[in-house]
Amino acid sequence: MLYRENGQFKTSYAADQQIFPITQDRWAIIGILVFAFVAVPLLVDEYMFRAILIPFVILSLAALGVNILVGFCGQITLGAGAFMAVGAYAAYNFHIRVEGMPLLVSLLLGGLTAAAVGIVFGIPSLRVRGLYLAVATLAAQFFTDWVFLRVPWFTDNASSGSVSVSNLQVMGWQINNPLNKYLFCLAILTVFALMAKNMTRSAIGRQWMAIRDMDVAAEVIGIRPLFAKLSAFAVSSFFVGTAGALWGFVHLASWEPAAFSVDRSFQLLFMVIIGGLGSIMGSFFGAAFIVVLPIALNQLLPAIGDLVGVEISTAGISHAELIIFGGLIVFFLIKEPHGIARLWSTGKEKLRLWPFPH
Amino acid sequence: MSRQIGEVVLDLKQVSLSFGGVKALTGISFDVREHEIRAIIGPNGAGKSSMLNVINGVYRPQEGEIILRGQRFTKMNPYKAAQAGISRTFQNIALFKGMNVIDNLMTGRNLKIRSNLIQQAFWWGPARREELEHRAKVEEVIDFLEIQHIRKTPVGRLPYGLQKRVDLGRALAMEPSILLLDEPMAGMNVEEKQDMCRFILDVNDQFGTTIVLIEHDMAVVMDISDRVVVLDYGKKIGDGDPDAVRNNPDVISAYLGASH
Repeated sequence: MLYRENGQFKTSYAADQQIFPITQDRWAIIGILVFAFVAVPLLVDEYMFRAILIPFVILSLAALGVNILVGFCGQITLGAGAFMAVGAYAAYNFHIRVEGMPLLVSLLLGGLTAAAVGIVFGIPSLRVRGLYLAVATLAAQFFTDWVFLRVPWFTDNASSGSVSVSNLQVMGWQINNPLNKYLFCLAILTVFALMAKNMTRSAIGRQWMAIRDMDVAAEVIGIRPLFAKLSAFAVSSFFVGTAGALWGFVHLASWEPAAFSVDRSFQLLFMVIIGGLGSIMGSFFGAAFIVVLPIALNQLLPAIGDLVGVEISTAGISHAELIIFGGLIVFFLIKEPHGIARLWSTGKEKLRLWPFPH
Repeated sequence: MSRQIGEVVLDLKQVSLSFGGVKALTGISFDVREHEIRAIIGPNGAGKSSMLNVINGVYRPQEGEIILRGQRFTKMNPYKAAQAGISRTFQNIALFKGMNVIDNLMTGRNLKIRSNLIQQAFWWGPARREELEHRAKVEEVIDFLEIQHIRKTPVGRLPYGLQKRVDLGRALAMEPSILLLDEPMAGMNVEEKQDMCRFILDVNDQFGTTIVLIEHDMAVVMDISDRVVVLDYGKKIGDGDPDAVRNNPDVISAYLGASH
């Protein structure tokens, strides 16, 4: 009833091409932004920030990057963790080696370095695709793992590659407590998400999707696969690298290469598959699913156990958590192979027609 | 009729193409004149689609050359062909399934986009202006093909006949000077064929677009084309206006399988 677009006529292409052409959607996104920036800081305690919200925001950013490459350009990657690592260590080197380097610039330079490395590891995509490309990008993962463990220059001669940063600030604003960290990451995520949306709705995004859907036809129409694929690798790695730098600098503050292991790469790939390939919204859903669900299960299971009078051991909980989580993933992929974003858009379509079925 | 058949714009000379031991095309030469509708016919496997693929650079012939408006290409590639104003449709619809009709047609404007990635990321200045300009152009194509009602439908959900029309629309959005159509009417019913014929003739008439057409429906081919090339087993067996081709004994035997 509330979600109707009756009477919302567009009289210009500009009005028709805006990100949220439906008035209710525009109000909803404003509401969500106000909620995230104003209400959440008032409502939430430190544990929530550290355990859920900050990881969720940063991994959403990384998932956006992976989705650009896998979902929009159709180039599967298992090297996302590697590009996070490159972003983090590159930002670290810029930060400590250049005197007075502003934090934001370090982070973005980290992202740009990751973009350059992404282009290099994207070159195989011009020849191979599908699982073979996945294996080729996996090489990036093992390569970076090795580099940051074995080449001491990158880690400022720290043993076992563990490094740390402190005294983070942006123009005098101290990023030292969980609230400020959350707001900082959220601000970056907001800008990056807007950039991702803009790219995917303009010429470059259409090039990526054309390559994904039918590469021969794309070439015939004048799209160069070299440019389309490598630009997708670059933009994706830029997002993922910036997320990696945030993960290291803001979330962990001190980290070692294991923080960006192959597990992370898989996790990010699962996020975009579960959330919805080729959907900006899906990246957020996927990140929420993967970050929030295990913690929610962890909190819920003992309570449920109490309810039925069974005491579950800590080990039992962590095992059950994995079992249920895995089961849910399988369930989702069977019921909705296009991810949570598809459920969302189907729901919206139904709502527009409600109470009529068609 | 506003169109007037002009000079030769596309000249193929002794084109030979083989895949390993299989000879797809053997020493084929023919030309296409400005503003004409040129049909390529032949039985299955005669090399018709290969011929189109050679013209727009998807396949590289081992021998022969393509002369496009006086410019000689021994190595054509799809990008150069697109830049030279050649666009095409596909036999088995090759639309971008994940995108809607507008976006599919907008990809046809790709070569005309000048804004860069950063401008597009911020939807800034030139990027925004271009999107609006090209959208207006795409809407003209949508009006022309009478597909206003499906402009926001994902192409995967469209029925076959409409997908064919969108495929033509994407090629038209490039504003081509030469349009290659690979079986535009395959699998259509009579009404859809009539519509498609009308669009092809209108494109040719209103925009002066040169059309190279592969089609199996002989009634259509003989009716709308100016000149016809006949291929069989990768060789040219006939060339001329529809009446001459219809009465050519080689063509009749290739089609009817008369005893040699």
